[in-house]
Amino acid sequence: MLAAASALLVSAVRAAPAPSARQTIAEAALAEDAAKKRELIGRLLGQGDPAIAPLLEAWRTDALFVLTAPDGTKIPVQLTGEKDAAGTQSALRVDTGAPLADAAGQPRRLAAADLAAVEHTSSLRRAMKAVLDLADLAAPDPAVRTKAILTIGLAQDAEKLPALVARLGVETDPGVKRALRESIAIARLKDADDAVKLTALVELKELTSLASTDFISRALKEAETAEKPVLVKAAKDALRAVEGHRSFVDFFGTLFRGVSLGSILLIAALGLAITFGLMRVINMAHGEMIAVGAYTTYLVQNIFGAGLTIPFFGFSLPIFGLNLTGAAYQWYFVAALPLSFLAAALVGIGLERSVIRFLYRRPLESLLATWGVSLVMQQGLRLMFGANNVQVSSPVYLSGNWTVNDIIFGWNRVFVVGFAILIVFGMWLVLSKTPLGLLIRASMQNRAMASCMGVRTERVNMLTFGLGSGLAGLAGAFLSQIGNVGPSLGQGYIIDSFMVVVVGGVGSIGGTIISAFGIGGIDQVLQQYLPTIAPGLTWVPGIGSFLQNLAQDAAVFGKILVLAGIILFLQWRPAGLFVTRSRNLED
Amino acid sequence: MSAATVRRVEWIAVAVIAFALIVLVPLLHANGVIGNFWISVFGKWLCYALLAISVDLLWGYTGLLSLGQALFFTLGGYMHGMYLMRMIGDLGQYKKPIPDFLVFLGWERLPAFWEPFSSFPFALTMVFLVPGIISYLFGFLAFRSRIKGVYFSILTQALTYAASIMFFRNNLLLGGNNGFTDFKFILGYKLNEPGTIRGLYIATAVTLLLVFLFCRWLSKTKFGLVQQAIRDGENRVLFSGYATAHFKLFIFVVAALIAAVGGALYTPQVGIINPGEMQADKSLEAVVWVAVGGRGTLLGPIVGAIGINGLKSWATTAYPDLWLIILGGLFILVVLFLPGGIVSIPARLKTLAQKLRAKPEAPAPAKP
Repeated sequence: MLAAASALLVSAVRAAPAPSARQTIAEAALAEDAAKKRELIGRLLGQGDPAIAPLLEAWRTDALFVLTAPDGTKIPVQLTGEKDAAGTQSALRVDTGAPLADAAGQPRRLAAADLAAVEHTSSLRRAMKAVLDLADLAAPDPAVRTKAILTIGLAQDAEKLPALVARLGVETDPGVKRALRESIAIARLKDADDAVKLTALVELKELTSLASTDFISRALKEAETAEKPVLVKAAKDALRAVEGHRSFVDFFGTLFRGVSLGSILLIAALGLAITFGLMRVINMAHGEMIAVGAYTTYLVQNIFGAGLTIPFFGFSLPIFGLNLTGAAYQWYFVAALPLSFLAAALVGIGLERSVIRFLYRRPLESLLATWGVSLVMQQGLRLMFGANNVQVSSPVYLSGNWTVNDIIFGWNRVFVVGFAILIVFGMWLVLSKTPLGLLIRASMQNRAMASCMGVRTERVNMLTFGLGSGLAGLAGAFLSQIGNVGPSLGQGYIIDSFMVVVVGGVGSIGGTIISAFGIGGIDQVLQQYLPTIAPGLTWVPGIGSFLQNLAQDAAVFGKILVLAGIILFLQWRPAGLFVTRSRNLED
Repeated sequence: MSAATVRRVEWIAVAVIAFALIVLVPLLHANGVIGNFWISVFGKWLCYALLAISVDLLWGYTGLLSLGQALFFTLGGYMHGMYLMRMIGDLGQYKKPIPDFLVFLGWERLPAFWEPFSSFPFALTMVFLVPGIISYLFGFLAFRSRIKGVYFSILTQALTYAASIMFFRNNLLLGGNNGFTDFKFILGYKLNEPGTIRGLYIATAVTLLLVFLFCRWLSKTKFGLVQQAIRDGENRVLFSGYATAHFKLFIFVVAALIAAVGGALYTPQVGIINPGEMQADKSLEAVVWVAVGGRGTLLGPIVGAIGINGLKSWATTAYPDLWLIILGGLFILVVLFLPGGIVSIPARLKTLAQKLRAKPEAPAPAKP
């Protein structure tokens, strides 16, 4: 029986079907004999035509009908869409998918009550289900194919094994091929024949398939109870290979996540490294500068799209959209980058002129005043854009990911890493290769001397603060691709940013870079490995089970450990990694 | 006015305020002029005043801007809250002998560390011990490595942040983000009876007076003078042979204990304690009270805490959208234009008046 089915399958896959799937279904709908119907449906097995699934679904839900024309010919039709007052719906021809036209070429509308529904018996429905299960195997999209293949494999469904084997013969995509081999091997672990099992285990070992761990361990247990040393050895080998691969993937996955988190921290902290590090201004509104950048991105997205209306203290400010679509719309993010820099830089310059310039000699007061500013800005954003998060969609070139050797690289994360490098390079250029950078460094190192030499330090302060704020805005544009955009977006980054700058050494951009990656990496390592060491924490007297409980919450506990680590680190190096030496006692 | 008269006037003011808070308000409540709701609200403000004093002791008197006082306040509140949770007994929603949230998390028995909190003396000890130990450890580490100024502020903020994300977790078995609530009894008295509410209020007011007097005394001792010298020029004090780290550590722990007492009194009067109280914003809000009231004085924080919270309860109902803008704007203005806070207004007015009075004596500008 199985052999017969597989022969049928192979023939169905191999012999390119002359009639299209639609035509086959139309023929089946008209067939008088139930067995004939089943046979015709069976022909669809393994075909990847996307029309199959909706049509069979329509058949199952009684939406397929047979229209008998005045001349006696029978046309199978599918009724879709809303019913109008007369109970009619639009009709599609099953064999072509085109709307059913009357003599004048106008689409006809038909009422279900006037037609005969195509019947379906339970055995027919079973046949349809088998077709639907396998339809995705031949889907044009490789991702859909892979998913369908793995679903079958992980279910260890022996009946569908022949379909997989058949597919392996015609599949060309290497990724899908690998998934096929993996699924076939996993499914074969259930085979009664030891030799088949053995080859499956060897195959899995070679593929180091992460999904197969549970199945191999199960096979190992079976082999142990059945006392088959050859199988036990093969299973153990396969398991070892898979586990080795898993720790490899975990390690590099963690490394990548660490680097990308480090880049995020770096981007968020770079602006602060300038305002706090160089200017020694504690800007608690730095987080809100990030939020300004993120909301600018949101605005630009809406301008490229349908526009929006902003309520502002009783007025409403309409912003017109360009109504772009497709590729042009996708460019919004590129346009948003300079704009978010500019918006945040302008806000920063305004803040410097109105508040901060009075407080250069009083750092604690500048901390407090800027906190007041941050409250006002947060509430302002809330009033303008609402208290809820707004939607910033990712452009296509930032969504999606690469999977290399089972390690997943999200494009947006890769982009953030690249962007961090770019931004650091750009900042280095500005600070060390431009006249403005020279003035900035001169004023920050010795304000009085620079002033004596004719540098307009007031102006330099303003521009430096604008530069730092602009970088924060740029960070906001990026963070809008990674997290939520809401009025309190900045609050989530402010403490981390300050930590990065303090650990790196205030005034040292290089230190900021190293500390961002250090903190990001340690955080990710802790998140990855805390749950594995959690069971080992019970030995701590008194609070063992309590610690164990906490360590399960890897994200939070990891963060707490990082903060505790920072406090201890500052015992060792109170001024951070890189100390800017000064003869001033108060520094 | 001579210095002695100023001092006499100040003492009279303190006595009048203390009398009004400790005797007058409870009397009005006993006669029904002030309702249960409002006396609890006053009680809450006085707890905040304790928190404000603890901030001022560090910031106004020692120059240490701590953004972690809300943490100690909340820790005190939690320690007392644990006792109050145990006093609910089996009257909770689930009618079980353990707190509701533990039942909800699937616990059958009380976790071991909850056990001793059924005793009030133990809980009271913990109110002091837990914030005391944490502030001692943190202060020891921070002052030993001579972390000061804004770095100290940022680190205390990080400490508070770390603690708050921890307290938000259910796994800590301290109620997660809902915290503790639904208290029923304290020391055998029902919490919703006017007598208990009044008693709690009086206890808060008396504590505030005692703390005020203690800080007042402390600031006049040699210790207090060294403390203020550290604020004005730490290196000079250091080079004069004082171990400034010890002074700072002591005052940091004292301030933490004052905040913790405030928190412990806060919990039964407000009826809820949750990790929202220990977020970084709350610490900064306390700093605003001190700044607006007047730092470096002891009356300032009390005036600021009560004044701003009064303003808040009015503004959050009248202009809920604008409250944060009012608070932030007020703060910016005070920092920029009134560094001495509200209590410095009389002195400012006096100088202004003197200037105005002196004006006629100045030669009149020549008319064109």
